[in-house]
Amino acid sequence: MTPPLIRPKPRNPIRALRLPTSPPVVRSRAALRLTAAAAEGRFELQHCFKCGTVQYPPRSACGTCLSHRLEWREVSGAGELISDTVLHHSNELYYRERVPLRLGTVRLDAGPSLLVHLHGDCAAAPSRVRVRAHLDKSGQAVLIALPPQDTANMTDDPMLREMTSDPKFHKILVTDGKSPLGQAIAKALVDAGADIVWVGVAEPWKDAPGLAALEKLSQVERVPLDVTDEKSVRDLAGVIGGKVDILINTAELHRAHGVADRGTETARAEMDVNYFGLLRLAHAFGPAMRARGAESAVPASAWVNLLSIYALSALPSHGTFSAAKAAAFALSQNVRADMRGAGIRVVNVFPGPIDDEWNQLVPPPKLSPDALAKAIVAALRDGVEDVYPGDVAQDIWTRFRESQKALERELWDQ
Amino acid sequence: MSAALLNELAGALAADSVRVVDLSQTLSPRFPQIVLPPEFGQCAPFRLEEISRYDERGPGWYWNNLSFGEHTGTHFDAPVHWITGRDLPDNTTESLPPQSLIAPACVIDCTAEAARDADFLLTAEHVRAWEGRHGKIPAGAWVLMCTDWSKRTDPVAYQNFDETGQHTPGPDANAVRLLVERDVLGFGTETIGTDAGQAAHFRPPYPCHTFMHGAGRYGLQCLANLDLLPPTGSIVIAAPLKLLRGSGSPVRALALTAGI
Repeated sequence: MTPPLIRPKPRNPIRALRLPTSPPVVRSRAALRLTAAAAEGRFELQHCFKCGTVQYPPRSACGTCLSHRLEWREVSGAGELISDTVLHHSNELYYRERVPLRLGTVRLDAGPSLLVHLHGDCAAAPSRVRVRAHLDKSGQAVLIALPPQDTANMTDDPMLREMTSDPKFHKILVTDGKSPLGQAIAKALVDAGADIVWVGVAEPWKDAPGLAALEKLSQVERVPLDVTDEKSVRDLAGVIGGKVDILINTAELHRAHGVADRGTETARAEMDVNYFGLLRLAHAFGPAMRARGAESAVPASAWVNLLSIYALSALPSHGTFSAAKAAAFALSQNVRADMRGAGIRVVNVFPGPIDDEWNQLVPPPKLSPDALAKAIVAALRDGVEDVYPGDVAQDIWTRFRESQKALERELWDQ
Repeated sequence: MSAALLNELAGALAADSVRVVDLSQTLSPRFPQIVLPPEFGQCAPFRLEEISRYDERGPGWYWNNLSFGEHTGTHFDAPVHWITGRDLPDNTTESLPPQSLIAPACVIDCTAEAARDADFLLTAEHVRAWEGRHGKIPAGAWVLMCTDWSKRTDPVAYQNFDETGQHTPGPDANAVRLLVERDVLGFGTETIGTDAGQAAHFRPPYPCHTFMHGAGRYGLQCLANLDLLPPTGSIVIAAPLKLLRGSGSPVRALALTAGI
């Protein structure tokens, strides 16, 4: 049984900071499709159209019949552990710091055999396991075999924790504590065992319903933060920047305007919060988080951006908002690239319409702040990098992949 | 005569027998900006972002880029700001007659009333009572409402919002009508607007903006240090930036008062 994670002691201040290292990052283009599926929490392998073989490792042609007609499809991770071993030495800095490591070979029920990390609770070979694909600290997919049924404290396994960001014992900044979503996330994080949840409050003269009740939770602390003000962001980073393990950027400005409805002022304000706000946060909080990517048992590990499914394809009735979120999406990909070397996972959340006061005229289904908060906590626990929460987001994401152009037209009259 | 007067003034300033009082709040992101219901366009808050600070972006110099709405911090309202003043001549910041930017001030002390009641309204009766003590308000003078509101350094207390909106003192409609009759230069306050916090519900709404700007008169708001001015006898220097077709601008408002 995995020993439960205990609250880590504060860092010994006279020891050098443990610097983040990265497992091997290079993948073939074919293998990156494994990463693409794992980014959404799916385990996919190549299936051959012609002979039906499921193959691993990924290649550009079928290893059985040489057909290049290969399709990536979700596959069950159920299989048999046929051998296991313990690695005691590695020349890779990342693995060197983490040996001894359990590794094994699993023959999937679907066919192929895989070299995998082994969860500590897996019985010795031969035994049944389930294999999952997860993003590791390099941001690339690796395979890990878990015991066939959940075990106590299963998520506290050290190797699994390298691939996830369970909020337990983490110190977390939620950048907007005034919105119903920010408040729902703060509550969900407290329920998930977060040590501290700082909630940012901009323009304190505009009182926000629910904020006073939220502050009654002992883990929640209100901090001044206006992402449109460089000084405010830097001032807060100066106080808590060296403590934040997970940053959840919920600061959002959303007005339901088409691009021709108004002048540029509202659009500019949306860009200032949704795009430049993220940029200011990345400048002020990014460096310290990167430095703390391996600090302790609870290192800095994740950065969550609230985007919108309309960042992928614009919703003309909310045109300026879509454009600002598209800009934020492009920026978040850069933040992800910058954070990669430190093992900080950048999680992008693409909800459809949230059930809030700026979507009053949008018909249901709309995503409740509570449901979105749960999806974000689940993404952290599962190590997922791209989240499409709710029916609308799932539907649009599917249609986007089928045909971007068709979706563009379909969104015209919504 | 005039040259001698200016020489005398320069001497008096150097000797501190004419003192300069700073009537301005510091422009900072911390100082709140006016809030409109969210369906309206909003005044951009004051922001200052570094271009360089003796670093790789500029090794020998420090400077910033600024952004803000016209009606931010201690600021000046030109007549064109309100729909009632939109067709008047010389109603924009660049066309205001420069001699109107330096004018005597009448300061009406409402500090006790404003301390008791955040929604205190200055009435025509209050104005007449002040005139009874200090003489008739001269044409071309600023009338400044002293409430000590500028001493509320906490932005929440300064804005003073509850679920019914803002609660800050200001003039009522008849007071403004009387001041327009006196042909004043304009009306100034320590609060975030020349009108009271609840003025959206007055008849007419926003009487100070409506009547003052409709008569080509000006406004000053977010003033500070009005308690250091005498009821009469000071001179206010408040010049907005010379913005083309500007409706107002932040100002460094100063007053000259007799020293000791």
